[in-house]
Amino acid sequence: MATRTTDAADTPRSRNSAARRGSVLLSRHPRLRLSLLLSAPLVWLGLVYIVALIALLITAFWTVDSFTGEISQDWTLDNIITVVTGALYQTVTVRTVGVAVLVTIIDIAIALPIAFYMAKVASPRMQRLLVVAVLLPLWASYLVKAYAWRSVLSQEGILQWLLEPFGLSTPGYGLSAVVITLAYLWLPYVILPIYAGLERVPDSLLEASADLGGKTWPTLRLVVLPIIWPAIIAGSIFAFALSLGDYITVNIVGGASQMLGNLVYTNVGTANNLPLAAAIALIPIVIIFGYLAVVRRTGALNNL
Amino acid sequence: MRLGKAARGVLAAISILILLVMYLPLAVVFINSFSTSTSLSWPPPGFTLEWWVRAANSAGALNAISTSVQVALIATLVSLLLGTLISIGLQRYDFFGRDAISLLVILPIALPGIITGVALNNAFRTMMGIPLSIWTVVIAHATFCIVTVFNNTIARLRRMGTSLEEASADLGAGLWTTFRLVTFPQLRSALVAGGLLAFALSFDEIIVTTFTAGSGVTTLPIWILNNMFRPNQAPVVAVIAVVMVLVSIAPIYFAQRLSGAEQKVP
Repeated sequence: MATRTTDAADTPRSRNSAARRGSVLLSRHPRLRLSLLLSAPLVWLGLVYIVALIALLITAFWTVDSFTGEISQDWTLDNIITVVTGALYQTVTVRTVGVAVLVTIIDIAIALPIAFYMAKVASPRMQRLLVVAVLLPLWASYLVKAYAWRSVLSQEGILQWLLEPFGLSTPGYGLSAVVITLAYLWLPYVILPIYAGLERVPDSLLEASADLGGKTWPTLRLVVLPIIWPAIIAGSIFAFALSLGDYITVNIVGGASQMLGNLVYTNVGTANNLPLAAAIALIPIVIIFGYLAVVRRTGALNNL
Repeated sequence: MRLGKAARGVLAAISILILLVMYLPLAVVFINSFSTSTSLSWPPPGFTLEWWVRAANSAGALNAISTSVQVALIATLVSLLLGTLISIGLQRYDFFGRDAISLLVILPIALPGIITGVALNNAFRTMMGIPLSIWTVVIAHATFCIVTVFNNTIARLRRMGTSLEEASADLGAGLWTTFRLVTFPQLRSALVAGGLLAFALSFDEIIVTTFTAGSGVTTLPIWILNNMFRPNQAPVVAVIAVVMVLVSIAPIYFAQRLSGAEQKVP
């Protein structure tokens, strides 16, 4: 490019400019370079996020004055004890984790074949079209998609209309509708990392396996699966974490069932009990941290 | 492993079936946007263009779209900057606390949105005394968008290696010149992909937005939530959703082509 030769940084006159000296200083001091790189993002994440999160957790040890509705900063374990021992919280926790696990398993089961087709069977042109096809639903609003499922699953909906001739009927609104809708909503987030993981599996490995007599299933299990395992875990983090905190889909298609997100929401909003909400929020936080600690070893956190 | 014709056929059939199910709700929304019925009944009793006309004239919807675009643009720019810095820092240097920092980046997306939302709401209002506004939404969105930029960029950095940058330094280029002329061009398509995902994430976010938007700030998801269950507005919401999907085809397609083209010429 012609412009390059006229760049200020390349002309002899600027050799001793401040920028040049700064550049030399930085290249001699990698630590300084690193701290300059990391200071802005760390200040942002630390100030905005970690401080806010810690403050919320501290609030869980405070209480709300039942007369004024103000938070009184007396340290107490009452909220934590309520949440850990309360039958309501135990039931809802089990229900929420159950839904999240089911959604995750369904999404992985659906994502594996289509991601495999995209990465290893389809032609490059087809591959591109398929990625676009998988990404597009992400742009239809989350709310609209949840609402669309409300329409699809309703007694007057298209599912009932399709199933009726076979003597079947729609599951209606309830937990199964929540599982179906959440699995639908997060599916692209699971397909994409698994697809990216499969794309990195070299074709030569598959050919080598075939040359050595490996049949389809053993090859998938012994060659492909170990390589894409971190990608599968990465996808599962999305499906699991997003399901764990959802309360809007539950409101739209869940019927009367509640999940942890609904309990947090009610306690922040209508009940105006932030300390109790914070204590409930501890449940998903503990679950997610446990999950991340388990999957950290797979290297999945580098594959999100 | 060699897949026979039959296996390929089965895989193709399964993939088509999955795509059909993925597009079924979208098709329902599309058809509902032309239906004369304002409820959810199927099949539609008749067809009309009324909702499309109403959507085009709906000041509330258009304002909400413009608010969402502004929020998403600024949040994407901030997350592009912060995400790139942090990915270069983590990929090119080995230091104590590296794992903690990579956990810190994914935490805002790994923890449920309602926790992020409540925590930020509490921090802005009661701790820092900042009134909720469009800027609190931007700050919140940028925080959880960093991760998409980070993931795309760090994956590219890992694949890139450092030999070109070292060559540039050996030839006398300063750090900034090397970044501008050697590193950045190689990162560009990863940044486009990460930025696009960040934009989509911010544009569609509802839970954190609910907790961090001031009363006068209506993003598109908030507008949709307020109008979705109003009988005469539900079809207008459907029109907006259809338009959003159609508008997003072009940027997604070009981003795909861009990254595809760059992979062929490494």
